[in-house]
Formats: sequence, structure tokens, C-alpha cells
Amino acid sequence: MDPASDADLVARCLANEQGAWDALVDRYARYVYAIAARAYRLEPTDAEDVFQEVFARVFERLDTLRDVDALRPWIAQTTRRCAVDTLRRNGRETSVEQLPDEPDEGLAELDEAMTVHAALTGLSPDCREILDRFFTRDESYRTIGAELDLPAGTIASRIARCLARLRDVLQPDTVPVPGRKPTAHASGE
Amino acid sequence: MTPEERIAELLRALPTPPLGWVEAAKELPTARRELDTIVERIERDAQFRALVQADLEEALRGEGVEPTPAVVALLRQRLAR
Repeated sequence: MDPASDADLVARCLANEQGAWDALVDRYARYVYAIAARAYRLEPTDAEDVFQEVFARVFERLDTLRDVDALRPWIAQTTRRCAVDTLRRNGRETSVEQLPDEPDEGLAELDEAMTVHAALTGLSPDCREILDRFFTRDESYRTIGAELDLPAGTIASRIARCLARLRDVLQPDTVPVPGRKPTAHASGE
Repeated sequence: MTPEERIAELLRALPTPPLGWVEAAKELPTARRELDTIVERIERDAQFRALVQADLEEALRGEGVEPTPAVVALLRQRLAR
């Protein structure tokens, strides 16, 4: 997981650094996939076309991005447009106005999820791996234990410890819990 | 819902996409170089340009390039610029 900022990644991509492009794809692949497959519920073949079209657009037009700190919203908007175009082509929707409200709500949730994923860089590699395997790859305790050479019985407690560390990285007051009003920081706000 | 449960929920909200999709996206810089020759030919050869416009995927196959979703998307982007 590359801890570089988006701005740094963009600058290095524009300098044709393959490693930076790899890191950018790794950082946003889940986001683009989730918008296409979850927020817009595209079929797998359509989701793949949208996924590739988004990264092709980003690759070809990265030099047109005016605000490098706006990479995430730009990618979100690009994915959304591609998904809507696909729905229109498929005849499932005829206009943007007719799209259901869920994508907006889903996108907000995915933005929060990206913030949580970004905070994973503040954890040890062991914690990152175990959380990734369990929560995003949906691997069982047994599979994780076999892959990491750990007793399956210790996986649950390790996951709990790593989640607590991630909560600390995010700071308890900023963890977005539905229905709970965020508490302001003690930083003069 | 505890903060840890909410964090877990948000981690689950971003599943891993198929590995092949990610690898294909990472190969766009290489694909771009491979497409340079084809783009140049499209620009100077009207007959080939018409062939591409009629059936982009078949035109790619004719040039020995596998028309994967990533390659097709990239060529469309390049032609649109």
C-alpha cells in the first residue's frame, strides 16, 4: 500500500512512472468497482467495461486534472458518468433524472469507506493483511490461519485488536457511525 | 453499532475487484505504446480508419492485438481526444 498522497501519485504518473500508475490503480480499483457493481448494480460484464473505461479515461486525461487534490471526486464522477451511460445503453434508464436515489447514498457510504481504507496505511502490515483478508476478500478464519500460519482460534482476537487500532488511527470521534452526530474535535472548532 | 462495527462495515463496503481487471488497468501504459502504431495508421489510412469505425474489435484483431476491455477502452479514449 503506497502511502504517497494523491498529488504525489499524479505527478509521478505524469512523469510516466509505472510504479505510480500501479499504486493509483491499487488505491482506486476497489472504489471504482464498488461504484459500478454496488452503487449502480451493474452486471459483471458491464461493471468490467465501466472499470476499464474509467481507468483508460483517467490514464489518458490525467494531464487535464486541474486540482490534483480532487482526484477522488474526479474518479467518482467519471465512474458515475460511465455507469449512467451503460444503464442508458442497456435501456434500463432513459435519463439521469430517472435514476434511483440509492447511488447518491451509496456514493457517500463509499467515500467514507475510502477514508477508512486510507487509514489502513497507519497500521502494521500484519494488521492490514488480516483485516483485508477477512473484510474485503471474505476469507474464513481457517483460510487466513493457513495462509498466515496462525492458529485459527487466534484470528478473531487479532481482528478485534486490529480494528481497535484502526479506530484509534481514525480517532473515535471521527468514525462515521450512522445515526450518531459526529463530535467536534477539541481543536478550537 | 459500535465504532469498530461501523469500521468493519465500511471495510466490507469496498470489496476486492477481480484480479484480472486490476492487472489489465495496470498494463495501460504498455498498451498505450502498443496502440501508438495503430493510432498512427488510423490517422493516415482512411480505409483502415473506416474499418476501425465499423468494427473496432475486429480491426484490432486484424492487427494482432487482443481486443480486451482495457485495450478497447484505451483506444476509444485516444481516438476521442
